[in-house]
Amino acid sequence: MKKKTILLADDDPDVIFQLKHHLERWGYEVVAVESRAEAERYLEIGCPDLAILDLMMEEEDSGFILSYRIKKCRPEVPVIISTAVAAERGISFSINSPGSRSWIKADHYLEKGYRMEQLRLLLKKYLD
Amino acid sequence: METLSILVVDDEPGIRSGVKRILEGHQVSFPFMDEDYQFECREAATGEEALLMLEVAPPEILLLDNKLPGIDGMEVLEIIKQKNMDIMVAMITSYASLEIAAKATDDGARDFIPKPFTPAELKSSIDLIAKQYFLKKITRTMKEEGKKIRYQFLSVLSHELKSPLNALEAYLRMIHERELGDSLNDYDAVLERSLQRVEGMRSLIMDLLDFTKIRLERKEDKMERVDLKDRAQLALATIKPLAIQRNIKIRFTGKKLYYDADPSDLDIMFNNLLSNAVKYNREGGEVELCLRQKQQHLEILVKDTGIGMSEEEVSLLFKEFVRIKNSRTRGISGSGLGLSIVSKIAELYGGHIYVESVPEKGSEFSVILPLT
Repeated sequence: MKKKTILLADDDPDVIFQLKHHLERWGYEVVAVESRAEAERYLEIGCPDLAILDLMMEEEDSGFILSYRIKKCRPEVPVIISTAVAAERGISFSINSPGSRSWIKADHYLEKGYRMEQLRLLLKKYLD
Repeated sequence: METLSILVVDDEPGIRSGVKRILEGHQVSFPFMDEDYQFECREAATGEEALLMLEVAPPEILLLDNKLPGIDGMEVLEIIKQKNMDIMVAMITSYASLEIAAKATDDGARDFIPKPFTPAELKSSIDLIAKQYFLKKITRTMKEEGKKIRYQFLSVLSHELKSPLNALEAYLRMIHERELGDSLNDYDAVLERSLQRVEGMRSLIMDLLDFTKIRLERKEDKMERVDLKDRAQLALATIKPLAIQRNIKIRFTGKKLYYDADPSDLDIMFNNLLSNAVKYNREGGEVELCLRQKQQHLEILVKDTGIGMSEEEVSLLFKEFVRIKNSRTRGISGSGLGLSIVSKIAELYGGHIYVESVPEKGSEFSVILPLT
């Protein structure tokens, strides 16, 4: 069976290193990029089966912009947005409520510091 | 031209129409205001009617007679205060007792217009109130902007503090779960990265202290005649070990130059500029530090032969928490506060920081400090 490809965008090289390690161990193919620009270049030539996007990269909402672009042409690709920015910004990003789903084009929101097991279950849900 | 609405509350129709006639067509302009004010008037004959109108469409200004058939002006004023309504009130009083005046002022009345009044008296009172209205509006906007900036600063700060913690935690978990193997050697890279993140966090905290210090303290008593050369040499000694490690030569030119400043401000500037020049340099590169006196100012010049920056990167450079991210800056730790601190200090002294940079060639930072 062909390996599923995950697009991983995060401007923190340590996060890339760590997530890539786990994702590959779980049997996924990983395309890792460190910026929105890089991610967009990849999206011109390839299409992942799922995307894990950091929210704050070049801009403080790079993840949303990327997610929007992915959803526009590939609405079926699940998008997970992960970030260390959360409640303290006063913005409740909970896209798990139907109301906000309509404008935030992402399927799930993860606050950084999540357990790997949590991510693994999430990936199973979207990819199996 | 902005139109302020005025509600005139008086039981005498003659007064109401008189006020209306005088003020419609009147304009207020002060040199410090970016817009002139004109007025439109509405009328109410009783306090009850006035309160109703305040509910439906609150005016900016209320001209309020005290003696009214039902509830009196003072009571209307009290209700406005209780409901915390944002209205500028001037009382119109035929017999101004000190007691009423004191009570009304306490309840937020901005001015008193004694009855009978001339058109000129009314206009001058309205001018005063319009001025107060303008100032109140400006203060509110400034406060909101200040709040927004502080809020943004804190939210970015918490992001910057949490990121290294998250990275460290994940590395520790990898070690804990023996993710990369059973030998300690398998974790060399992980441990080295962890140490770098700790280092990054420490420098963020140190920079943050500098940052709050320059924001909070403006202390005349710490000002003294400082020799820039002394402070520069101190900073040079601090950066030397790192320069030797990276085989970077530092050249220093400059004679004694005196400047009135808080010496620790100068230390922060020199340390930041020099450590950047070494950090963002190439192995075996050069750094040049030069102190010069021009006619009206002193100049601190720091040149490096480092990785340089594009124009776009330069434009972001002095913003708080901005770190230029590209393949060349990867692995160099920094808080993203250093240059924003240097530029803030320069501004405190009425100076400025300039930068010229060519990618792959190097950067030149010049701090100008005016001699007063």
